[in-house]
Amino acid sequence: MSLFIQKAGIHDSFQDKGRFGLQHLGINPNGAMDLFSMEIANILVGNVPAEAVLEFAFPSPTIQFNQPALLCLAGADFEARLDGKPLVVHQPFIVAKGCILSFTKWKSGNYCYLAVQGGFVLDSWKGSYSTNLKVGAGGWKGRRLKKADEIDFKNVYNKTRGIRVLPWRADVRDLSVISNKIRVIAGSEWNWLTKTSQKEFAKQHYVVAKESDRMGYRLKGEKLDKHVKEELISSAVSFGTLQLLPNGQLIILMADHQTTGGYPRIANIIAADRSAVVQLRAGDAFSFELTSLASAEKAYLAQCHYLQQLSKGAFYQLKVNDLIHDNT
Amino acid sequence: MKQELRIEPLGDQAIVIQFGNTIRPELSLKVYALYHTLCRNPHPGWLDIIPAYASITIVFDARRSYNQVDSPYKMHHGIIRHAIAHTQDIQQTEHRKITIPVCYDSDYAPDLKGLCQKLKVGEEEFIQLHTSSSYTVYMIGFLPGFAYMGSVNPRIESPRLDKPRTHVAAGSVGIAGFQTGIYPLDSPGGWNIIGRTPLAMFDLAKEEPVLLRPGDEVNFYAIDKFVFDDMIKQQPTALHA
Repeated sequence: MSLFIQKAGIHDSFQDKGRFGLQHLGINPNGAMDLFSMEIANILVGNVPAEAVLEFAFPSPTIQFNQPALLCLAGADFEARLDGKPLVVHQPFIVAKGCILSFTKWKSGNYCYLAVQGGFVLDSWKGSYSTNLKVGAGGWKGRRLKKADEIDFKNVYNKTRGIRVLPWRADVRDLSVISNKIRVIAGSEWNWLTKTSQKEFAKQHYVVAKESDRMGYRLKGEKLDKHVKEELISSAVSFGTLQLLPNGQLIILMADHQTTGGYPRIANIIAADRSAVVQLRAGDAFSFELTSLASAEKAYLAQCHYLQQLSKGAFYQLKVNDLIHDNT
Repeated sequence: MKQELRIEPLGDQAIVIQFGNTIRPELSLKVYALYHTLCRNPHPGWLDIIPAYASITIVFDARRSYNQVDSPYKMHHGIIRHAIAHTQDIQQTEHRKITIPVCYDSDYAPDLKGLCQKLKVGEEEFIQLHTSSSYTVYMIGFLPGFAYMGSVNPRIESPRLDKPRTHVAAGSVGIAGFQTGIYPLDSPGGWNIIGRTPLAMFDLAKEEPVLLRPGDEVNFYAIDKFVFDDMIKQQPTALHA
């Protein structure tokens, strides 16, 4: 068994880019909360971007490696330590048998990702390795990790021995993947809000409430009012949909959202800003910025281009340094 | 198809086709006519097509299209407009007819007696009214396989419970307003529970884990406890994920 969970974290699960094609049956796509970070981790170890990764929050798991492997962390900074020595995110590293990976302090962000070159051996359900906790399928036995779980890597890494942190890092600072200005597009029920509330929405600072999880982030802010009295007929919702709750507060639907909902859809977070909003911690203040569809698409395209460039660079480094194991 | 439809973004990677904000059988026919057109010829970049009471949402893979077009949203919007223009308002769409056995015994129907008293309908009559209508699956949501079906006879309509239960058993058949539905998994729930089916609405072991599909026509029929127990025995993987 390639890795051993010495101590489980509060929420460790395997995720890939999600399980699509089943939402009409009420089966939600799940998938990584921060898809951008998931891809960075995969790219830096030479995987296809959508290879399943371990997603975890803080308190994090303590992991013992039982064989050499090339890995990378991405996303939140939980002050990672490899055999006690500091590790940073977005920089690949090689472990030897017996190495211990631990996380000592919650510094920034909510979700961190661990990718291994070649990927993990996991359960597939309906074409995806994402964990569906509701039905108990996909990922690692359809559940969160527990102490003493032993998970296999798909490949045996045969390229180097010993522990090494590789000397290259992805720099994501220019991409606004960490931001407290979250861009949204007006939703179908945006005009149900009073004019005053529309102005409030764009001006005020919101705080992420602690009752927030993979299903949704509850926000605290000034109440918003709607002038439409009728109930909304249930309709599909999406990752990033902002719903107006009966008490005037907002909730942002996240990766494990229910497929349909009956609360007014005030706005939707643009795909390029999903990472930024996902990594806002409980207590963090932020604000919304209404933007156009064209700007949203432009921002997403910029991220795609970055990932393409990173992929070329990372693959080159791995190849030139002979770090890609032979059975790729 | 008439142009009173609104087509709008649900973020930058999904599109909603809105038919209005009401629930009417003739509207539902329009929704299903278009749903069938879209499903018969989906664009390869479409990840999901989700019908609901008065809308259809298409989730698309934006990254796929970026090399070919400036705006994936505009491209998919155009494809949908084209599909709408080529869909007749009411089309003969094939739908499946499904019959579902329900045991209305008080052990499985904690709200039946209370409802009958409140609505001044005899228990036998209540069951008769529930089983004699054909229901359309308007949409599936809330839980994997939870089918929202309508419409029940107005004499047995009842709003959701004031205080939802923390636990409703999988298979429980409920009524909320004009809708009837079946809980596919153990779950909290606010519907009035009037019976239970031995059939698995969701079965992880099956290739098609969800029994019902949007657009299905459903009829219920009454069974007693002995038949119920028998049917349960015949499905070792039924009811629970």
